[in-house]
Amino acid sequence: MQRDVIAPLVIAALVALAPFAGQTDYFIHILVQILLWGFIYTAWSLMGRFGLVSLGHGAFMGIGAYVTVLLWNFFELTPWIGMPIAVAAAVALAAIVGWPCVRLRIVGHYFALVTLALTAVVALSIVGLRDITGGSLGLTPNREAAGTSIYAFQFASKTVFLYVALVLWLIGLFVWRAVDRGMGRYALQAISSDEDASASVGINVGVEKIRIILLSAGLTALGGAVFGQYQMYINPETVSGIGVSLQIVFAVVAGGMFVQLGPTVGAAFTLILAETLRILIGNEYHAADTTIYGLMLVLFIIFMPKGILGAVFAGLERAKAKAA
Amino acid sequence: MLKLEGVSAGYGDFQALFGASLDVQAGEAVAVIGPNGAGKTTLLRVISGIIPLREGHLSMEGRPLDRVPAHRIIETGIAHVPENRRLFPRLTVEENLKIGAYLPAARSRFAERLDFVYSLFPRMKERRNQLAGTMSGGEQQMCAIGRALMSGPKLLLMDEPSAGLAPVIVQQVFDLVRRIRSEGYTVLIVEQNIQQVLKVVDRAYLLEVGRIKLSGKSADLLASDEIRRAYIGL
Repeated sequence: MQRDVIAPLVIAALVALAPFAGQTDYFIHILVQILLWGFIYTAWSLMGRFGLVSLGHGAFMGIGAYVTVLLWNFFELTPWIGMPIAVAAAVALAAIVGWPCVRLRIVGHYFALVTLALTAVVALSIVGLRDITGGSLGLTPNREAAGTSIYAFQFASKTVFLYVALVLWLIGLFVWRAVDRGMGRYALQAISSDEDASASVGINVGVEKIRIILLSAGLTALGGAVFGQYQMYINPETVSGIGVSLQIVFAVVAGGMFVQLGPTVGAAFTLILAETLRILIGNEYHAADTTIYGLMLVLFIIFMPKGILGAVFAGLERAKAKAA
Repeated sequence: MLKLEGVSAGYGDFQALFGASLDVQAGEAVAVIGPNGAGKTTLLRVISGIIPLREGHLSMEGRPLDRVPAHRIIETGIAHVPENRRLFPRLTVEENLKIGAYLPAARSRFAERLDFVYSLFPRMKERRNQLAGTMSGGEQQMCAIGRALMSGPKLLLMDEPSAGLAPVIVQQVFDLVRRIRSEGYTVLIVEQNIQQVLKVVDRAYLLEVGRIKLSGKSADLLASDEIRRAYIGL
């Protein structure tokens, strides 16, 4: 078996054992967060690694979370159906925005700006439709009486969510692997460096690009939907909006977007950093953690463009080359 | 094999080609020569479907190409070696060649064609794990030709293969073109280096400001006063 199968399975096995080791709820909570965000970051990197830098994933995540909760609250539609609908909605939006970008060859910074606008539009719509969405105050899924209900996708125990998040995370990594091993990776790498030359060897540039965009958007929406169910509270700031879009990019840049586990490392790194800063600094200096975040992002881009895991692998390669 | 009849094309308001007609027979090497801005690259881009045809007709072995999108041109047996190589610089030489065999039909014959390209250009075999962007210009040109050959084309379109290369390397590149010819490929080559290219091809067309002004056997063109005065400087 290959590294891209073994490593995820070994990590998954260790995480699966965590609840049996008598870990605290807080520890489990951190793990769930790392896995859910790790999944979303992995979904983002599916396209980000090919030069399709999207600042629109806050929109897709928000749609995933909001559509699921709204369908439940207003129509009592189980999230088991609501989540696929939410994913379909995000995919449809990605197609509406993505296809013109592909046709008109909006790439690079311009693509990032178009997707940034998408995030802003979705976040403002959520705030604006406050009668339905609760606006800036956010929204809580109607709670099933017992607190735990498979039908309502509500679980009082964090351990259940740990396993849900674990499965989701593994799905993300295996989608990554499938893309990485297929001809699609070559096609997308070729497209990211030269669209005309790619077309001339027979790559259908438009179809390849839109396919990875839709895949990435759909998985992100799924992550958002599960995240909303886990938190049992969503608001435009935490699951949508420009803040979320930027958070995704920062974490992925930190962890490394070109290697399979890079986005997960980014999730672990940023969450542990945020928690540490929060505990050390407390709430006294409100923006201190974000400031340090921003500073670190700049440092990462300058000194470690491949991210933590990317730099580690590059170092190992160099050591191996030296030894040989 | 390839036939263009009254082809016009351009970019936005700017028209680059005005009713250009030419044909290439199987087994021939044909050049389109002319100064900068004459529309030579545009001509190849129209054939490759990268920019749309505005007027006229375009066909390959009798099959019309007027509405065929860029990524399906290669299925008709036309492979484009674009201007300035346009390799995928962050991929290795072998990955570049692999992408050249992207079509399912070509993928199944990948190993065989790879051997062929390596036998034609042993240098590429030595460099197969090197990133394409780190090679010299001449080597990149080899790789670009190799990438085009991986699809098993009948007709090779070459856009300014000598552009941006040192004079010594230019000689090597024209040697490459001769090798490709002797392998039986039909070649349509666009060049500014008129004196050199006319020694390699059978026939040529002179393109000026988007119109075909002259055409004929390369020996005749080399001897013609107009070409000598205007382009070779004798």
